[in-house]
Amino acid sequence: MKRARILHNGQQTDVTVNDDHQAVLADGTVINENEAHWLPPCDGKIFVLGLNYADHASELAFSAPEEPLVFLKGPNTLIGHNQKTYRPDNVDYMHYEAELVAIIGKTAKNVSREDAMDYIGGYTVGNDYAIRDYLENYYRPNLRVKSRDTCTPVGPFIIDADEVGDPGNLELKAYINGELKQHGNTKDMIFDIPFLVEYLSAIMTLQPGDMIFTGTPEGLADVKPGDEVVIEVEKVGRLTNTIITEDEYVVSLNA
Amino acid sequence: MRHSRILQAGVACDQTEEHSNTLIADQDTQWLPATTGTVLGIALNHADLREQMAEAFNEKPHVNPPKTPVLHIKTDNTHIGNGAAIPAPDDGETIYAGPSLGIVIGQQATRVSAADALDYVKGYTVVNEVSLAENSFYRPAVKAKCRDGFCPIGPWVVDAADVKEPEALQIATYVNGEMQHCTTTAKLHYGIAEIVEYVSSFITLQPGDLLIAGTPQRTEKLALKAGDTVAIEIEQIGRLENPVVAEQEIAQ
Repeated sequence: MKRARILHNGQQTDVTVNDDHQAVLADGTVINENEAHWLPPCDGKIFVLGLNYADHASELAFSAPEEPLVFLKGPNTLIGHNQKTYRPDNVDYMHYEAELVAIIGKTAKNVSREDAMDYIGGYTVGNDYAIRDYLENYYRPNLRVKSRDTCTPVGPFIIDADEVGDPGNLELKAYINGELKQHGNTKDMIFDIPFLVEYLSAIMTLQPGDMIFTGTPEGLADVKPGDEVVIEVEKVGRLTNTIITEDEYVVSLNA
Repeated sequence: MRHSRILQAGVACDQTEEHSNTLIADQDTQWLPATTGTVLGIALNHADLREQMAEAFNEKPHVNPPKTPVLHIKTDNTHIGNGAAIPAPDDGETIYAGPSLGIVIGQQATRVSAADALDYVKGYTVVNEVSLAENSFYRPAVKAKCRDGFCPIGPWVVDAADVKEPEALQIATYVNGEMQHCTTTAKLHYGIAEIVEYVSSFITLQPGDLLIAGTPQRTEKLALKAGDTVAIEIEQIGRLENPVVAEQEIAQ
């Protein structure tokens, strides 16, 4: 089953998604992918892994961490499929990050690695944009880099975990305007999903809907207003969004 | 006026009453966190702490002093109300109280100027931003700051109109009834309006969101262990009191 949320008649509405990527309402109404206003498919805590692929860590000139580098984002960052992310004026480098997102399915505290997969309800696709200009060495990567409005497209839907099977061997791809820019595989994750569930649930109680963005492989590139960015995770989904200018964003706020 | 959230017969209820300066602690009330939105902390925002850190700011891994306010997120599992137990880690690791003024947002705020910022502040509350030792400010402090129950908020939100000079409020921390620490909101490096301006420059704040203005250095005076009771009292706002209980004991 693929579950999503859309804005329908001004209301957040739960839908399922069929094989033609159409949203299906509870009453059977079908809305085409490009006519639906997609919302983030869940809400909850947003955990993001930094440097969780060895190749990406070396790309950024870091050695791989010995403990997961986990940071948090706020709910203000989330947008759904086919929505817009703004690039601030006067920045030099804004990049996407293709990520598999694991969604917690039931309350989890002190869960062992062995049992961890029982607590994963499903998966979705995430794009963890960052603006490198704003990096400082305090709580790095700081919220200004990573927790900005519109900076985290997620979706289009959550696919049930049992339909994906092993999340440890999925191709990840990012395209800018149709050109393949990033290509990796979740088998190269340093800390895998069972480890991350054990690690996080030892610190705190996880709730259904909490999201774990599991990190990105190498292949970063700058994105500019007008670019269409597509993130694909094998067996999970395909998430599209476009980059707009800061002015366009401000206008949309006041619309 | 002051606004609280309490649990009555298992249901969360909003409660509004005239604000008085008497500090009432009703034994029978089960308080919920006084706010419901996102909670962001401003780290390194206490003048004394910045002075203490001045040298470390110029050393690795920080290299330079912070150019902008340093933010962190207190996840929803950390939020608890007045009187609820703060779980102490079973491994005995020391935890520290984090007395701070809480700034509560009243209306959606995007790109608000400092001059207009206070129009977006609904009121103020008391926050205990509990943390493990702050050994480093280099990496995000999820492990140190996001354990269950590590952010008591309340007991209530006092309307901004009822608080005179919010940047000159005394904040006292009591452990087991004895005052251990005293500071004031006059020590904030970035003031209330500057904080709202900075955060709203890239994060749209929603009504009910909470900004933790700034905590002092976590010295032994603020150390807590299972069995302690910690209370943070801010003049004109209120007194937030919580027992510290071993995690294992709470689980049972």
